[in-house]
Amino acid sequence: MEFFNQITQYAISGLSTGAIYALIGLSFAIIFNSTGIINFAQGEFVMLGGVLAIVSITALHLPMPAAVAVAVVGTTAVGLAFERLAIRPLKNATPLSLIIVTIGASILIRGLVMLIWGKDTKALPPFSGDTPIEVAGATILPQHLWIFAVTLLVIVASRLFFHHTITGKAMRACSFNRRAASLVGIGVGRMVLLSFLISSALGALAGVIIAPLTMTAYDVGVMLGLKGFCAAIMGGMGSGFGTVLGGLILGVLESLGAGLISSGYKDAIAFFILLLILFVRPQGLFKKGETDRV
Amino acid sequence: MRRILGSVSLIMLLCSANAALAAAPVKIGALFAVTGPASFLGEPEKNTLELLVKEANAKGGIKGAKIELVIYDTGGDATKAVQLANKLIKNDHVAVIVGPTTTGETMAVIPIAEKEQIPLISCAAGIKITDPVKKWVFKTPANDHVAAEKIFNQAEKLKQKNLALITVSDSFGASGREQLKAMAAKRGFKIVADEVYSPKDTDMTPQLYKIKAAKPDAVICWGTNPGPAVVAKNMHQLGLKIQLYQSHGVASKKFIELAGNEAAQGIMLPAGKLAVYHLLKKSDPQAKLLKDYADDYKKAYGVEPSTFGGYAYDGFQIIGAAVKNGAATPAQIRDEIEKQGRLVGVSGVFKMSPTDHNGLDLSAFEMVRIQNGDWTIVH
Repeated sequence: MEFFNQITQYAISGLSTGAIYALIGLSFAIIFNSTGIINFAQGEFVMLGGVLAIVSITALHLPMPAAVAVAVVGTTAVGLAFERLAIRPLKNATPLSLIIVTIGASILIRGLVMLIWGKDTKALPPFSGDTPIEVAGATILPQHLWIFAVTLLVIVASRLFFHHTITGKAMRACSFNRRAASLVGIGVGRMVLLSFLISSALGALAGVIIAPLTMTAYDVGVMLGLKGFCAAIMGGMGSGFGTVLGGLILGVLESLGAGLISSGYKDAIAFFILLLILFVRPQGLFKKGETDRV
Repeated sequence: MRRILGSVSLIMLLCSANAALAAAPVKIGALFAVTGPASFLGEPEKNTLELLVKEANAKGGIKGAKIELVIYDTGGDATKAVQLANKLIKNDHVAVIVGPTTTGETMAVIPIAEKEQIPLISCAAGIKITDPVKKWVFKTPANDHVAAEKIFNQAEKLKQKNLALITVSDSFGASGREQLKAMAAKRGFKIVADEVYSPKDTDMTPQLYKIKAAKPDAVICWGTNPGPAVVAKNMHQLGLKIQLYQSHGVASKKFIELAGNEAAQGIMLPAGKLAVYHLLKKSDPQAKLLKDYADDYKKAYGVEPSTFGGYAYDGFQIIGAAVKNGAATPAQIRDEIEKQGRLVGVSGVFKMSPTDHNGLDLSAFEMVRIQNGDWTIVH
């Protein structure tokens, strides 16, 4: 029984971290789908979400819902500005140089936040209290429920958006074939902008909902971004459902590894999985192999 | 005639040399990790040193000698620290170096200081720095094992025999873990769980659940923010009603703020006296100096000073005392520091000697308990 409780605890805490990885992974996948680039500034959007929420509460004295809104809108604005100023002007750049641009942007954003906000770690108050809840022998916080709920909502919403609206379908069309999409009258540039909008909003949301649990600082984005990237790779880069599963699996494996094997290997487990997948199934766990037409 | 001319010029030369000696500025070099992962240490150190030098020069210098300060930012990088130490010695011709900030950088710079014969007053805590004693190397933070000993004394008093460790996997945590394990074995404590977490970890429930299963009497966490705050929060979440000890690495209000009053309640830790200076008895030798430092720092930078800034404060004090005693060259400064005797500083009361280049003992720390979001001293 004790062992069972232990496993439940690991699994639940793993699922909540995994849900965050899934959200971040999803925002990687959305930009990858419409542009073919991996946006390494994604982690910074997550950091910005948490930081802006804390600033809204401590400096502007906004209530929590308004602070969340400010954080998401503010980060989205940064995401849009980033696309307009750094991605759009480079019309004929290769994906590789665009990826390098995103790395530069991430260093710039991190540096600016460090200068303006300082190097201290700060905490966001939890959304609804600090009283632990007992679930099947494990204890979780109300914040965990928020994380699960928001993640679930985002997954359902993105599924509906990408499969049942014209804009969503247009974005998917761009991911399959940009030229063909533009030939049938889809504004590819607009779709790219839209993908940056959605993914920076998603990143910010992830940053806000975990900030009460994990606290935030100018440099938290790096690790979170990498883990989200792992999740996206596991899912086969571009598959929404696969990315979510990838994130959850990654979170649970990390947590089980830390609990049952050794906590020293927690990050190593994540990156070991990443390498293994890149070697064995570079197309991702849940994606059928791609076939190139001649 | 030539002889007279010769002796006159000799006298003139001597005079001018003398005059130059009285007014010759003392050049202090400093290596701090102002940016990078250790910037929470390096920044207050830089601020403190700049503040002290400005104050000293406003008063006309130390015994008439102005202080010149050259600070370089190492970014916490040992390779850069070595390059900059060379630059300080060869280009800037400093008489003494304060820093570097971290143990890794200090260990890398030590061979240069020893070779070039320039006194180095490190602001890093690692015990390796001054044990064994190196001729030109001193340090101002108390050794980690002094803090560990404080915790064990308290655990002994409360009859907590079985201890669990949760330490961070960086050099601070690794050194703490080593010290704790060695000391526990020596003093008859049993380590029933030994967990680690990485500096950027955000969820420690797996480790704590394992600790829970081992049923310890107390948990000792060794790390710097934010990890220990997460540990406190997670213990609260899991409903673990076990005494939690933290290290001196989190001895600032910041920690209580991050963990939240509820989760921080009842945690005990050894804290440098700066954190609790307003609670010290009037008779405490450090009380006045700590209050002055805290007031000056707050006035200059608008924030509370941290224990870490104190390391640079003490470094400057030690040099200042040596210069006051007439030391000017690197060799003179080194010799003066070694025979300085008792010196009240921020980190404690120093008693440097040829066999102890740190000079701090158990009295450097107070055991404190967090109660309703504030410190109380445990007697």
